[in-house]
Amino acid sequence: MSKLLVWYGELTTQRNLANRGLAFLGAGMLWLMIFLVLPGLVLIVVSFASRGAYGQLEWDFTIENYKRLAGFSLFGWTADYIVIVLRSVWVAFVTTLISVVLSYPLSFFICARPERTRYLWLTLVIIPFWTNMVIRTYAWFLILAPELPLAKVAAFFGLIPPDAPLYPNSFAVYLGMVSMFLPFVTLPLYASVERLDWTLVEAAQDLYASKVRVFMQAILPQTLPGLSVGIILTFVPAMGMFVVPDLLGGAKYMLVGNLIQQQFGASRDWPFGAAISMGLMVLTMISLQFYRRRSKEIEFV
Amino acid sequence: MRRSHPLITVLAMLTVGFLYLPLVAVAVFSVNATRYGLVWRGFTLDWYIKLFHNEFILEAAWNTLALAVVSTLVATILGTVLAIGMDRFPWGRKANTFLDLVLHIPVVIPDIILAAALVVAFGLLRLISTVFEPGLFNMIIGHITFQISFVALVVRSRLVSIGRDVEEAARDLFASTPYLLRRVTIPLLLPGIVAGAMLAFTLSLDDFVISFFTAGPESVTLPLFIFAAVRRGVTPQIHALSTLVVLITVILIVGMERVTRK
Repeated sequence: MSKLLVWYGELTTQRNLANRGLAFLGAGMLWLMIFLVLPGLVLIVVSFASRGAYGQLEWDFTIENYKRLAGFSLFGWTADYIVIVLRSVWVAFVTTLISVVLSYPLSFFICARPERTRYLWLTLVIIPFWTNMVIRTYAWFLILAPELPLAKVAAFFGLIPPDAPLYPNSFAVYLGMVSMFLPFVTLPLYASVERLDWTLVEAAQDLYASKVRVFMQAILPQTLPGLSVGIILTFVPAMGMFVVPDLLGGAKYMLVGNLIQQQFGASRDWPFGAAISMGLMVLTMISLQFYRRRSKEIEFV
Repeated sequence: MRRSHPLITVLAMLTVGFLYLPLVAVAVFSVNATRYGLVWRGFTLDWYIKLFHNEFILEAAWNTLALAVVSTLVATILGTVLAIGMDRFPWGRKANTFLDLVLHIPVVIPDIILAAALVVAFGLLRLISTVFEPGLFNMIIGHITFQISFVALVVRSRLVSIGRDVEEAARDLFASTPYLLRRVTIPLLLPGIVAGAMLAFTLSLDDFVISFFTAGPESVTLPLFIFAAVRRGVTPQIHALSTLVVLITVILIVGMERVTRK
């Protein structure tokens, strides 16, 4: 029943090969099953449980947690949680948009450097990419401190009380988020810009295309592969970000990440935390689906 | 070579400045002699010297290193074997799609979801064994879980670029499977394995979210220490610690570039 076949120059049987292959996959896959897939499934199940009086789990399979996330409570409907979810999507969107706008000039600039210094510039973008996010976030405390010009200007215009720092507020969150995710867009975009076919850009210019049209029809389609990778690398983690809003946003500018952390930390309400995580998961899936559809279109073009 | 428009140059410079302004500020204030406020009172290295006398920081540094080394070792072995298993055997299309999907989960989902799943899983495992109390052991498991994926993806792309010719030649010359692995596949894969391990190591050092959710009181790492400290208020000592962490990151990145570009 097991047919002989040649695989990588070796005469073997299907069964033999399958057994050896499973031996290779075994340990790693088992690990991912136990500590990744199974916990994921448990998280789904727990989102239908409820919180006991002491923070323990009670297995009474309700959709109460999801109703609560949608704003229904004992005292009628509130928009609190929905506002936090929508705000997270909005912050992620704005962060991605600003990062894209700043990444284009930066990648074109790096591409125009001579070979020797190009890697130096590229490394300059890679370093923040790998620098610890807690450090990069709290570093803004210094820039936004009351003694420095930014806070002084804001105080002069009456935006903040005098001698107060320029955080925590939404402006600080956007600063922190963009500086956090900018390299995530720049690096893949640079890879596309480096391969740009400039003859198409020149052809467009020769045919008197406006600057906007040159960008939209000659540059944008060519850089779309790198751009879409950058967008997905920014948008998805930005939605779940919790360090930046925690340090720079304070209680008034909470995002989904903080809400989840709160349930697993101070509130000790795992079922509700699990339900919010599922909500974030759904948003992630939608973004990835959108990305996959786009990337298919790119392949066809 | 194209010249870039002056406007593009200015914008690019401002963007790089925007990325580095906070880091430079931290470095500058780490050598400032004043304890409170941001007024410049002269150059000092006192804060760096004090770091090495602070037992909490030394312990956090030790935890960070132990966590990164142990998890990287395990993840590199598991990830490499997994990558060979995925790439070098004739799995069907459905099996391949499934394996690919599982492997990509830690890469694409927001890390806070993995952290939440691990908290719940460890919570239930505690009902069986007390080993799963929040602490270094849980953190190691958590780190390995996301590192495996990154190692396997890096090693697999190296496997694809090696191609099958050399291995077929070895088989034609009657190499056994262990001999093939030891003398052909692993040596050819080594740059990929090293790159994967360095990536995993950097990811572990850098991680905050997974550690934050799985850590116990005895297992504070440097990112956790810095986070807790800045919530109480920033001090020059924290700036000094952060500057050192950034410097180590820079060294690791330059090293990683050297290895992968060869």
